[in-house]
Amino acid sequence: MELAELSLFSQAIILFAALVLFTSFIMLGQTRTLPLIFTFAWQGLLLAVVTVLVAYVSDHPDLYVSAALTVVLKVVLIPWLLYRLSVRLNMQYDAEVILHPSLLLLAGAGLVIFSYYVALPIVRLSGLATRNTIAVSIAVELIGMLLMCVRRTAVAQVIGFMSMENGLFFSAVVSTYGMPLIVELGVAFDVLVAAILFGVFFIQLRDSFDSLDVVRLNRLSESDAPMPSHDEAGAPPPGGRA
Amino acid sequence: MTLLEITLLTPLVGGLLLVFIGHRPLGGWVNVITCAVTFGASLAMALDVFAHGPQLSGGRMFYIDAFNVYLVTLTAFVGMTSAIFSRPYMRHEVERGRVTDVRLRLYHSMYQCFIFSMLLALSANNLGILWVAMEAATLTTVLLVSLYRTPEAIEAAWKYFILCGVGIAQALFGTVLVYFAAENKLGADRDDTMLWTVLHGAGAGTLDPAVISLAFVFLLVGYGTKVGLVPLHSWLPDAHSEGPTPMSAVLSGLLLNVALYALVRVKMLVDASLQTNLAGHLMMGFGLLSFLVAGLFLHRQHDIKRMYSYSSIEHMGLMTFAFGMGGPLATYGALLHMTVHSLTKSAIFVTVGHASQLAGTQRIEHIRGLMRTQPAIGWGLLIGTIAIAGFPPFGVFISEFLLLMATMQSWPWLAIPLLVGFGVAFAGLFRNLQPMIFGEPPPGQQPVEANMLPVAVHLVLVLWLGVSIPGFLSSWFEQATLLISGALPR
Amino acid sequence: MDSQLTAWALAAVQALLFVAAAPLLAGWVKRVKCHLQNRAAPSVWQPYRDLAKLLRKRMVLAENASWLFRAVPYIVFGAMLLAAAVVPLIAVHLPTAAIADVIVLVGLFALARFFTALAGMDVGTAFGGMGASREMMVSALAEPAMLMAAFTLSMTAGTTNLSIATEYVLQAGLVLRPSFLFALLALAMVTVAESGRIPVDNPATHLELTMLHEAMILEYSGRYLALIEWASQIRLMIYAVVIVDFFFPWGIAREFSAAALAVGAVAVTAKLMLLGVVLVAWETVLAKMRLFRVPQFLGFAFVLSLLGMLTHVVLETGG
Repeated sequence: MELAELSLFSQAIILFAALVLFTSFIMLGQTRTLPLIFTFAWQGLLLAVVTVLVAYVSDHPDLYVSAALTVVLKVVLIPWLLYRLSVRLNMQYDAEVILHPSLLLLAGAGLVIFSYYVALPIVRLSGLATRNTIAVSIAVELIGMLLMCVRRTAVAQVIGFMSMENGLFFSAVVSTYGMPLIVELGVAFDVLVAAILFGVFFIQLRDSFDSLDVVRLNRLSESDAPMPSHDEAGAPPPGGRA
Repeated sequence: MTLLEITLLTPLVGGLLLVFIGHRPLGGWVNVITCAVTFGASLAMALDVFAHGPQLSGGRMFYIDAFNVYLVTLTAFVGMTSAIFSRPYMRHEVERGRVTDVRLRLYHSMYQCFIFSMLLALSANNLGILWVAMEAATLTTVLLVSLYRTPEAIEAAWKYFILCGVGIAQALFGTVLVYFAAENKLGADRDDTMLWTVLHGAGAGTLDPAVISLAFVFLLVGYGTKVGLVPLHSWLPDAHSEGPTPMSAVLSGLLLNVALYALVRVKMLVDASLQTNLAGHLMMGFGLLSFLVAGLFLHRQHDIKRMYSYSSIEHMGLMTFAFGMGGPLATYGALLHMTVHSLTKSAIFVTVGHASQLAGTQRIEHIRGLMRTQPAIGWGLLIGTIAIAGFPPFGVFISEFLLLMATMQSWPWLAIPLLVGFGVAFAGLFRNLQPMIFGEPPPGQQPVEANMLPVAVHLVLVLWLGVSIPGFLSSWFEQATLLISGALPR
Repeated sequence: MDSQLTAWALAAVQALLFVAAAPLLAGWVKRVKCHLQNRAAPSVWQPYRDLAKLLRKRMVLAENASWLFRAVPYIVFGAMLLAAAVVPLIAVHLPTAAIADVIVLVGLFALARFFTALAGMDVGTAFGGMGASREMMVSALAEPAMLMAAFTLSMTAGTTNLSIATEYVLQAGLVLRPSFLFALLALAMVTVAESGRIPVDNPATHLELTMLHEAMILEYSGRYLALIEWASQIRLMIYAVVIVDFFFPWGIAREFSAAALAVGAVAVTAKLMLLGVVLVAWETVLAKMRLFRVPQFLGFAFVLSLLGMLTHVVLETGG
């Protein structure tokens, strides 16, 4: 078995990669807000551990910086931001209803198989020690996308988005030992700004729709039903001056 | 301080400044002046590139060649004219009470940051920086789409954020794959494997075909979402119609172009490595689909801005189709189309903004008699729509004609859906437009204060490009065509 | 010839030891649970006294009990005895280990379960039928998870034979296998479900409507009940020993010297005691689930084992 021939650190990389995938599955089935946020934080932590291991095994000191960035951003800042927002919007104990959780988990398993298939040409080509984990990183990204598509609350959609970013970062780490540092910094900056914007959005959504259930966002559509017009409420008569 | 640095830093500095003074009347003027300076610098840079050829700068971080320099100039120009329009328009919105002071500051500073991110995306040589700039462009505009804080606006902004976020994440994965393929062939010890110049110069067949085609699919999905290709387009009509009008003008006129530019850059890389024309065929397929579907959707619209957003989707589909087809004639036509569509669409949105202010609503069935009430707006809208529908002697007609010719040369039977699409779109636009312009105005409709100068300038430019393309512009296009498709037209 | 005889003798001794030690494990679990819940604990030998008491008592049978009702306790006990005889407890490579196939084990469990369910329905009481249907539902969901986990482990070891697989894992040394981790979690959840422990079923409940397993055997008394109780204790021990063999096999005897056997015996005792403590901690922390949530629980177990299989294929076999 090839696994037994790898060094203990490479085996640890594979083990932690599998645990990252496991957290993705947990997030798929987790209905309550706070455990979802904590699971996301765990995913970030496990990802940072993998990055440190890869940095050690492949001798790429840049990755230590990336791992530190991941810890600061994905384990501390973003979960803290989401937690504070949940508390502020008084939704930390909300639990949404997933219709068929088992079906969802099986769909996740299907996505793992699909990513394995997609990653085959890459894995064959790569000579890196971590090449087996490329399929897992694609799976984490796709499961994040599934999370965004299927879940109804805004928090779950944001966590799905962040989980996608986790998967992408992971794929960069294991397929190319990380992208150039300036790109990583740019991506991290974008993710941080996106998280802040999401936070602002939650407040706007809550104020406007009185809930963070995105199924309620359905006023704009292509149906022939008359949409609310864009008249300004209480505005002066059309074309006139106040 | 190179011209490129001036071009990039000016909007950034302006954005920072406007955070503090954006709500004062001075803020609007600062916005305009910043854009004017950016435009001047970009024009100078363009002339420089024209004289001396493509330039690398910033430690090979930035690359200006014939393809993106004219896009940079175009972006700065349309940004400037939209800023000129936006100044009194936003004042009016503040007086109406639709926008508070804080939001006005946000609006002005994000406007400049948006211009900055677009210029960064256009001039970046590093594929990763290109991605970061595209994402930044989305992030800066998301809050602006929801500026009015109505439920529809917030919904539109949320959809925009989520859909573009998902799309652009796929593009990041595509970028990672390109980096992987490049490292595989070029070796892992270099620090320049993400630079477009290096990848393009590496020669044909260097990058592994399986990985590169996979990367292109992801990049097409990712950047294609931002271009507005069907079926990833559903954020576009909402986002373009719910934001303030200057935002619609800039989003429709500029951001779509930048996304298409990114796609074409990537296609140039892929074509060099793949033996088959997979990239071209995919782009043609999605482009044609967008073109036809958007033309059909045009008929069903009740909101004037949504109608013109679908027109944007239609034209972007056409351009994607043309770039996908490749070949010098189609590429030249697509480049020309990028320019004229940008100018015309922004002019139309400006006019539509005034028209909706006049009528007090954006619903098509409630806007009537524009020609009677305020002929300037009526004529502006009429001429703009004629231009965008592809009538001679406007520039859009020339580019569409070139595309038709190119299609008939290489894919003759595809010319039929194209012609049908043109007809359908024309019918859709005019069916809705005619009662708006020539109908009976409702009682009590008064003219509004409207600065139609930017509109006039844009339309005159489009007319000029339709009648005779000036020499320097033509040779610009030719240089870009040479770069993209490897041959000169005719 | 001599070594053959020793081997067979050892196999017989191991089987007897297995059967004899099963109530001890049950007693240990009970004792730890009481300590954890701050109650006065019965002695670890109490299950033996309970079994002896039941064996002495007179049987009371329903009038319409058929031959099946009378035969089932022996069938069930026989199946468990056979299973216990083959699972490696102290030593691998015993001659009986030739049929120590995971699939055979699952089959034996299914046989026992099937007949118990029939017995539950035999007398025609409402509770018996209810228990039988519930038990069948749980096992229908648990078996795929268990088989999938077993297959994952077999794919790594290259065989479904318990003894050979244990030997393989011993030989490979310390290898971090994610598929094993997931399979361990899945098997643990399946063990809990199949042995009728919290959160699927409360073994100490006296409320008939909440029972799964107990409801099927409500009508049994006397020595029949003793046999069935003993059989379920053996079943819990078999599950525990299978987990120990696959995942923590260090210490098991690979040859038949006295020293190795002693080490093996001590090792397996310690591991079983530890597993008992873990089981008790798990039971104390969790509460019994509603019956309608059991499919979710087992669905998660299945997904875990599926994940184990997927990680094995994706991560562990060389790209």
